[in-house]
Amino acid sequence: MANHNAHTEHGDHGHEGGHGSMKSYVIGFLLSIVLTIIPLVAVMNGMFSKQVTTVLILVMAILQFAVQLLFFMHIRDEKKPRYNLISLIFGLVIMLTIVAGSIWIMTYNAVAT
Amino acid sequence: MAEAIKNKGHLAHAGHGSHGGDHGHGHDHHDQEEMKTFGFWLFLITDVILFGTLFATYVVLRNNFAGGPLGSDLIEMSGIIASTFILLTSSFTSGIALLEMNKGNKKGLITWLIITALLGASFIYLEVNEFIHLVHEGANIGTSAYWSAFFTLVGTHGLHVTVGLVWMTAIILQIRRRGITPVTKRKVNIISLYWHFLDVVWIFVFTIVYLMGVM
Amino acid sequence: MWDKIKDFSSEFFVTGDPLILGAQVSIAITMVAIVFILTYFKKWRWLWTEWLTSVDHKKIGIMYIIASILMLFRGGVDALLMRMQLAVPQVEFLNAEHYNAIFTTHGVIMILFMAMPLMFGLFNIVVPLQIGARDVAFPFLNSLSFWMFFFGAMLFNVSFVIGGSPDAGWLAYPPLSGLSGSPGVGQDFYIWGIQISGIGSLATGINFIVTILKMRAPGMKLMKMPMFTWSVLSSCTTIIFAFPILTVTLFLLFIDRYLGAHFFTLDGGGNPMMYINLIWMWGHPEVYIVILPAFGIFSEIVSAFSKKKLFGYKSMVFALMSISFFSFFTWAHHFFTMGSGANVNAFFAVTTMLIAIPTGVKVFNWLFTMYRGKLSFPTPMMWTIAFIPCFVIGGMTGVLLSVAPADFQFHNSYFLIAHFHQVLIGGVVFGYFAGLYYWWPKMFGFKLHEGLGKWAFWFWNIGFYVCFMPQYALGLMGMTRRFNEYNFDMGWQPLNVVSTVGGFLMGIAFLFQVWQIAHSIKFYKKEKTGDTWDGRTLEWSIPSPAPMYNFARIPVVTEQDDWWEKKQRRLRGEADPPEVAQAEQAPLEPIHMPRNSGVPFVMSSFWFIAGFGFVWDWKWMIVLGLGGVIVSMLVRSFTYNTDYYIPVEEVERTEAAARGAH
Repeated sequence: MANHNAHTEHGDHGHEGGHGSMKSYVIGFLLSIVLTIIPLVAVMNGMFSKQVTTVLILVMAILQFAVQLLFFMHIRDEKKPRYNLISLIFGLVIMLTIVAGSIWIMTYNAVAT
Repeated sequence: MAEAIKNKGHLAHAGHGSHGGDHGHGHDHHDQEEMKTFGFWLFLITDVILFGTLFATYVVLRNNFAGGPLGSDLIEMSGIIASTFILLTSSFTSGIALLEMNKGNKKGLITWLIITALLGASFIYLEVNEFIHLVHEGANIGTSAYWSAFFTLVGTHGLHVTVGLVWMTAIILQIRRRGITPVTKRKVNIISLYWHFLDVVWIFVFTIVYLMGVM
Repeated sequence: MWDKIKDFSSEFFVTGDPLILGAQVSIAITMVAIVFILTYFKKWRWLWTEWLTSVDHKKIGIMYIIASILMLFRGGVDALLMRMQLAVPQVEFLNAEHYNAIFTTHGVIMILFMAMPLMFGLFNIVVPLQIGARDVAFPFLNSLSFWMFFFGAMLFNVSFVIGGSPDAGWLAYPPLSGLSGSPGVGQDFYIWGIQISGIGSLATGINFIVTILKMRAPGMKLMKMPMFTWSVLSSCTTIIFAFPILTVTLFLLFIDRYLGAHFFTLDGGGNPMMYINLIWMWGHPEVYIVILPAFGIFSEIVSAFSKKKLFGYKSMVFALMSISFFSFFTWAHHFFTMGSGANVNAFFAVTTMLIAIPTGVKVFNWLFTMYRGKLSFPTPMMWTIAFIPCFVIGGMTGVLLSVAPADFQFHNSYFLIAHFHQVLIGGVVFGYFAGLYYWWPKMFGFKLHEGLGKWAFWFWNIGFYVCFMPQYALGLMGMTRRFNEYNFDMGWQPLNVVSTVGGFLMGIAFLFQVWQIAHSIKFYKKEKTGDTWDGRTLEWSIPSPAPMYNFARIPVVTEQDDWWEKKQRRLRGEADPPEVAQAEQAPLEPIHMPRNSGVPFVMSSFWFIAGFGFVWDWKWMIVLGLGGVIVSMLVRSFTYNTDYYIPVEEVERTEAAARGAH
């Protein structure tokens, strides 16, 4: 079932080496614009408390990343075995470890500012 | 048995007539180019780690102003907002270039690549202007740990965009000379991946450095 | 004018030390001799076309190994100088500054310029042959990796005679390595030498992952891959995630030094502890990067010389891959004493203990593989047997160190020194030696002399224990690392003398190995079968040394240990499965190969120039170097004629010659 739908959704799926369609690019572009404007407005107008804003804009950034990944980089189109996706997930886990681990370890090692 | 094809790996331009294999040239080549695209994808993952480390450093040092100017004192959001939308748009236009390529439209491909490159160049122009402004206002890389981290993170992204511009120019020249072949096709695919990736990195620079910096 | 030159050269060259003067003279003589020999025998063109521009993975592998053995020599001399200094209390054989430089270069060279290239050399030689491929995925990039490593290593080594060696420890902690602590150029040599070769390592990591995932012979599913190939995959996975961290960390240190930034300085809000945090995020995975392939080598050898399938293949794969993942979650155990709080220390203590589990699993795999096997004990197997107890002890002391409160006692003592030398020599060095002995016939077409190899083996082993066992005790007696002097009344001398004797025993062992190689070349005996050890994997199914295209016909794989199974089938008189037979009888086809290229060599030498320029802050040289790099890249990008075909007739001729030698 899902496979049938997928074919109609992506116009030129069968195209040799081709990915995506104008439609998916336009949707992706519009979404990314929206996802940029929301945090911008929230921050510039100081609409929420600092904590809420932080969470909100980080979530927006992550969504934006997902949009780029799905609509522009076509991570869904990959054939099995999905080495691209696996390596990306592994990379993101390590990257988050670096950031979160550094923050955690350096909490007690902060220098006077 | 995709692996077998790779090992035979005939190239179309070599012009040997005696390949007994049941795989067409185009398919072989497609596989080789696919391998390069995968290699490039892995390189992008290493770049994720690279930027992750820079972000980690920035976040750890984000409050270390050492009595110097604060980020929120000097950052002017108008230019940043403009460059954000410029880069977003260029990510989109590089996608259109890809669509034109898949249609086999060489002229469209080149046009959209040039548009992408011009958008990228204006992004760099705005960034250089911003840096000059900041230095003028008394914040340079040696001012404090915060500004060291700021300039290094933002500058590394800018450097990536600059490299992308040189590279894109080289690819445009190659397409002009050679047209859309499996090799140039792979190159365009790769640079557009790179370009989307830089856009993603910028989103996080925008969010973490700028938005959270002026909050 | 004359005074200016004199001033310049006294700053440029390292002067005033007889040891270094001796080294300078001998380097100059060696270089003149090399140039003379190459010119006299008219070998320049041969050197350029056959080696410097080669993209053949087998030749690149050999170049890696030669470079790493030279580096082993230099790192070893450093070690012996240190041991001589420490044998007697309160003497100044090496002054403090010189001693600092020597322990720094010893560490950097042994890890980055000896272990890494030796490992890459084995990757290059073995992996494509084991998976039935004709080269790596990106042969050009492979050559570039080698030359980046080579010129990086040269840039690092040149600091010995020009400008002064780095002397802030092998990981160069700031603020000592910052501009305030090390105003000289030594640290800049350190940064650029490692940075340039690090780019090469990263590229090798990517190259081999793609090779292994995408270029295996038809039928070789992931779970039929030889164990060494699995270990390379896990090691390369770790490389591509760890090396960017090193690149950034050194880059930040460089910006601190060069542009006056404040990442790791004591003023301006900088935080030197952040450097320690970052460098170990690379540093800890790095030790797994070098040990994982050794595990793979032992697995191959144990299975080959027990004439049995590896015990617990799946658990071994799982252990390798989980180590490469968990190696990223233990880094803080290198700085328990930094004061990151009890939670941080507890977390990292537990992860460190956990990672010992998959490592322990492997030891049982090897033991059970040997159990009831038809054992034989040529040198590769001897190294494997010696490795197991040595590594187990090293691992156990590692678990002791992982107990965070206890580590406050062990930290930076000789207990630690003994621990990591035990896992690095007992694990990595023994492993790579085993691999070298095992695959040597495949590389060169002749075996190394077994008798001399056994002498070397015993000297290494006895030397190792004599050298490092006393150091555990010295550590517990309170001796800390990186001191060049101690007092008589500390009571450390007897054990230090013993340790020094052990060090020299290992030096003698190295001489035996040099002798062994020279002897084996002199009494060259062609290895005719191509299957020296009655091996199990594909590399033994082709002639030794392998022809440049490796496999005239790409084999079809049906089993794990395919070559062994094939031989067994034939002994039993059974027919091959149809797809295997068909692949073997298919007519030869022209073989598609990558063309040689001079670009990697040229581009890497421009990196060297740029690095040298940055070290001395000579702007024109920086511009020249980086400009050359960019031009080289563009030249490559615009080159489309990168491949050629070996015609069928030539393949036939090569194959006939190889078979004729039977």
